Amino acid sequence: MPKMTIDGIEIEVPAGINVLQACELAGKEIPRFCYHERLSVAGNCRMCLVEQEKAPKPIASCAMPVAEGMVIKTDTPLVRKARNGVMEFLLINHPLDCPICDQGGECDLQDQAMAYGRGFSRYAEEKRAVTDKEFGPLVKTVMTRCIQCTRCIRFATEIAGTETLGGVSRGEHLEITTYVEKTLDSELSGNLIDVCPVGALTSKPYAFTARPWELVKTDSIDVADATGTNIRLDTRGREVLRVLPRLNEDVNEEWMADKGRFNVDGLMRQRLDRPYVRVDGKLKPATWTEALDAIAAKLKGLDGKKIAAIAGDLCDAESMFALKEVMTSLGSGNLDCRQDGAAVDPKVRASYLFNTTIAGIEKADAILLIGTNPRWEAPIVNARIRKRYLKGGLKVAAIGPKYDLTYPVDVLGAGADTLGQFANGSHAFAQVLKDAKAPMLIVGMGALARPDGAAILAQAKAVADACGLIKEGWNGFNVLQTAAGRVAGLELGFVPKQGGRDIAGILDGTRKGEIEFVYLLGADEIDPSHFGKAFVVYQGHHGDRGAHRADVVLPGAAYTEKDGTYMNLEGRAQLAMLAIFPPGEAKEDWAILRALSEKLGKPLGYDTLDQLRTKLYQANKRFQRLNAVEPAFWEDFGHMGSMGAGSTDAKPFASPIANYYMTDPISRASATMAECTEAFVSPKKKTGTHG
Amino acid sequence: MSAAATNDDFVQPTSFAFSEANLAEAKKHIAKYPKGRQASAVMPLLWLAQYQEGWVSRVAMDVIAEMLEMAPIRVYEVATFYTMYNLKPVGKHLVQICRTTPCWLRGSDGLTEMCKKKLGVDLHGTSADGKFTIMEVECLGACVNAPMVQINDDFYEDLTPETLAKVLDELAAGRQPKIGPQVDRLNSAPEGGMTTLKDVAKGAGQ
Repeated sequence: MPKMTIDGIEIEVPAGINVLQACELAGKEIPRFCYHERLSVAGNCRMCLVEQEKAPKPIASCAMPVAEGMVIKTDTPLVRKARNGVMEFLLINHPLDCPICDQGGECDLQDQAMAYGRGFSRYAEEKRAVTDKEFGPLVKTVMTRCIQCTRCIRFATEIAGTETLGGVSRGEHLEITTYVEKTLDSELSGNLIDVCPVGALTSKPYAFTARPWELVKTDSIDVADATGTNIRLDTRGREVLRVLPRLNEDVNEEWMADKGRFNVDGLMRQRLDRPYVRVDGKLKPATWTEALDAIAAKLKGLDGKKIAAIAGDLCDAESMFALKEVMTSLGSGNLDCRQDGAAVDPKVRASYLFNTTIAGIEKADAILLIGTNPRWEAPIVNARIRKRYLKGGLKVAAIGPKYDLTYPVDVLGAGADTLGQFANGSHAFAQVLKDAKAPMLIVGMGALARPDGAAILAQAKAVADACGLIKEGWNGFNVLQTAAGRVAGLELGFVPKQGGRDIAGILDGTRKGEIEFVYLLGADEIDPSHFGKAFVVYQGHHGDRGAHRADVVLPGAAYTEKDGTYMNLEGRAQLAMLAIFPPGEAKEDWAILRALSEKLGKPLGYDTLDQLRTKLYQANKRFQRLNAVEPAFWEDFGHMGSMGAGSTDAKPFASPIANYYMTDPISRASATMAECTEAFVSPKKKTGTHG
Repeated sequence: MSAAATNDDFVQPTSFAFSEANLAEAKKHIAKYPKGRQASAVMPLLWLAQYQEGWVSRVAMDVIAEMLEMAPIRVYEVATFYTMYNLKPVGKHLVQICRTTPCWLRGSDGLTEMCKKKLGVDLHGTSADGKFTIMEVECLGACVNAPMVQINDDFYEDLTPETLAKVLDELAAGRQPKIGPQVDRLNSAPEGGMTTLKDVAKGAGQ
């Protein structure tokens, strides 16, 4: 621990950090453009110059490692003059277009120019102009504003792992570009907007929409995947205008994936803003009373065995808890939160959690991916694996299709047969797992959400046991969930009760007419033809697949419009706050269920969200411990379900996500996501009607 | 000013392959670096590609990127950084006029003007017959015989606009003009013969 003096303050700092970090520890703010904590050091903006005693000239503090006995001064006439000079040079070619720049108000250059800029320019010559680049439908470029800090290049190369950005030409002609007009093919491209210190890279969908000081900021949780990315919703009036990541070192660090960031325009389209009841085969607008009465009339005298409920992928814990209680009061045990039929064991937490935790990936030294494409299913998890890979010494192998995951992956086989060779130890990579200090496997929904999922889960568990993935203080068995509401549903027991039907059983029942009433809580991923003649109630926020088939539609709230608890794939409970109110007559989901229970004559025992939460916490304390992960016990699992641990199918694994940009009702309604689909996933040939 | 290389007014070829000899040479360069550091060979390989084609096309950079297992953008960065890689096709004879101080003092401006007028092109332009491309470059290291130009691999020194015009005429006619000083001198020895060390020292050779 070197001791150093910063502006007269003696401070002991950790070895290996740089002078800039040491200055921050001493409480001294150092201006910077190119330096970013999570990227490699470039040292090219020169804004962080400080004075070091006995050094002949000012030093770039971001590129200077700390040393014993260093004496640093951060606010001397020399430092000030140096920074003023750097700022003047930066502003020579920077356009004076702050009034029409989207970065205005949250621009590093603007802020620092207030401290180090002069009030006028001494530069009378022509400014440099740079042609804008085409980065796709998400990132807008105004390259004349670029100050060549190279943060975007380093982000794309290091964090995103898509080496397509670079600086071409030299000196005054240096330009940031993709390799000859390619778009930026990454699920993390939105972060380029955040790392850009100026207005060169800004959000295309958000362009010219608002100024930062007009926005109300609300903490929330991203539901576009199961990662539980911590986000901030920026709203104005009744609209979420943009989404930014919040810092959470254990989950998303400071990054976020594109789907959650850019799908918010979907919240304004296709919304259910009033109840509907099907009359003579057609959905007709109705009042809340009519809609609830219609449900109560159908349920009157109906046997609990003929009633079923399915919870969707975006549900908050509170609404699922309320629906579960309603179903219990109706005497029904047919409920499931696994729309895709994923064969995890709800009784054993270890069977459905990402037990290693996301931060734990950084300790791993061998990873086996089973039927998963983490780059699309959880881009943030994939970025962690890449971060671990960059440190060196990580071996990654996969069973399933070959995907470009931004790090080298050995594809060992296509399906369950290869997995079988692991369980009996005959595969060569099994030895790698055994020899590794911290081995892990990640099972995706591509392997579990199929008829033989239970058998595959059993095999995966056998592999974990056989290859020593479970050790003192280390659990290397991981399930990569893709639905934001799934883990909470499993935790609070939104699964078949004793003798109840699971998703396959429910759909079998509706087809055969054994189930006459189905309650869909935001469940949109089921083919409506399975519901047969059943009476379907859809409660949710978008007019998607579920609502089209429904006999009664109850308009609910999207994740931005209610206070809700979400549990991410690690089992980490996190709170999302209400940012805007639901549109029209739509209501918060738990309140709808409370009102319905009243109509059914079996009122739920709570009138406020707080009372509901008290009950929820009594039922499961883990919902109360926010941002904490409770390790799951390693118990026996893998032989349940209607199939039992039967035989596996030779069919190759495939990721359940065919299009990253459209996986849920919100993203399917989003115009931005539709543009991304066209740009990145299935490019269409342009016809004569295109501009 | 935007990077010249992205504003194309010419057609990029669709394929590139090293000749057999150049491929062998490229492999020699790659072998100089330890495994995992092949990217270090990017500059010699770009140079070989340019030597073969006269310029470095985009597809050549792609081929090199693949040979060295690096991202194409990284090759593109290197190629655009160094001015000696031509990213546009050049004429049969690439006339590089030195413009650094000694040559400039000795009249390199006049050489440039003459070339522009004679060939009817601007700097970095290629003459209509495709035979000449002219460009100004920094010091080529023959200051003692300034002003000078480099045409392909050869130096032509001690030039005046008239003598350079003659050199260009010869090249245009398909003949090889005299390489080196265009005045009466041997390499960088004094003009018109030796001026010193002419006496034989007393007793030398005895």
